Amino acid sequence: MADLTGLRRSPLDGLSADIRNGAAGEQSVRLLERPWLTMVSLRVDPRSEAARRIEQVLGTRLPRACGEVTSQDAHDVLWLGPDEWLVVSQMGADVLVKGVSDALAELRDTGAAAHAAVVDVSANRTVLEISGPSARGVLEKGCPADLHPRAFDDGTAIATTLARIPLLLWKVDPNLFRLLPRGSFAPYVARWLLDAMQEFTPDRPALRGA
Amino acid sequence: MLLLNCPWCGPRDETEYHYGGQAHVPYPQDPSALSDEEWAQYLFFRDNPKGPFAERWCHSVGCRRWFNVIRDTRTYEVLAVYTNSEPRPQVGAGVEAGGSR
Ligand SMILES: [Zn+2]
Repeated sequence: MADLTGLRRSPLDGLSADIRNGAAGEQSVRLLERPWLTMVSLRVDPRSEAARRIEQVLGTRLPRACGEVTSQDAHDVLWLGPDEWLVVSQMGADVLVKGVSDALAELRDTGAAAHAAVVDVSANRTVLEISGPSARGVLEKGCPADLHPRAFDDGTAIATTLARIPLLLWKVDPNLFRLLPRGSFAPYVARWLLDAMQEFTPDRPALRGA
Repeated sequence: MLLLNCPWCGPRDETEYHYGGQAHVPYPQDPSALSDEEWAQYLFFRDNPKGPFAERWCHSVGCRRWFNVIRDTRTYEVLAVYTNSEPRPQVGAGVEAGGSR
């Protein structure tokens, strides 16, 4: 297949001039887009042999509870539902999907059932990173979930909404959150965030043509 | 605003859910054997009790699973939350029996 990576545009391509460094200091907050991460959707019964084979390929356990994220060098696996996960990976999607598909085919060859869905959904979402001591304060303006550290642990990820847009919210550490909205919602989410960040970044010029 | 306890995700605001109407309305065993009136009863007629009511909810922006809630329609108090594979808890069952349509 022809290499099209030079032609692709991220969902926030047109906003890259607005997404720039935030203010420094104790109130600081900044926004970044991390486009092009590989994302693979996994659906499988977690009690099945197929799930065990998938875990072997990924080199990590599939999380079994809401919020849990398991990691291996190249992959982070986010819990989306009792039989649904999202693998966010540094690896190429084709390599990852093939690896899992081959393992399932091998299982099928033994005559066992291997019911699972493995789909490259890398183009579905983009990743925004908001960081700094005020990051939680910005998110709390528009997120109905409890983001207080007593309810939302470091290294966990939940599906919720921000400014009424469904997205995955991943707390990497107290000062770093990743947001995974669908591509078509990303410009709205980014503009909403830039606006919500403004009180913490007084030097930032007002949004252009928002 | 209701705070519903998703069986998989825990407490989340009502805005994360979709409402699915009355729970425990079984699909007819043999739909083609029903009279028009019976079919209409199945499709359109639901209980409307004043008091505890078993209803379906979907955690649509979270884990996307359907589950059941018993909610008091007078006070909006959530009396029980249970998955589709669990039997209906006994809470408030007596009151609903007197529900009117
Ligand atoms: Zn849920």
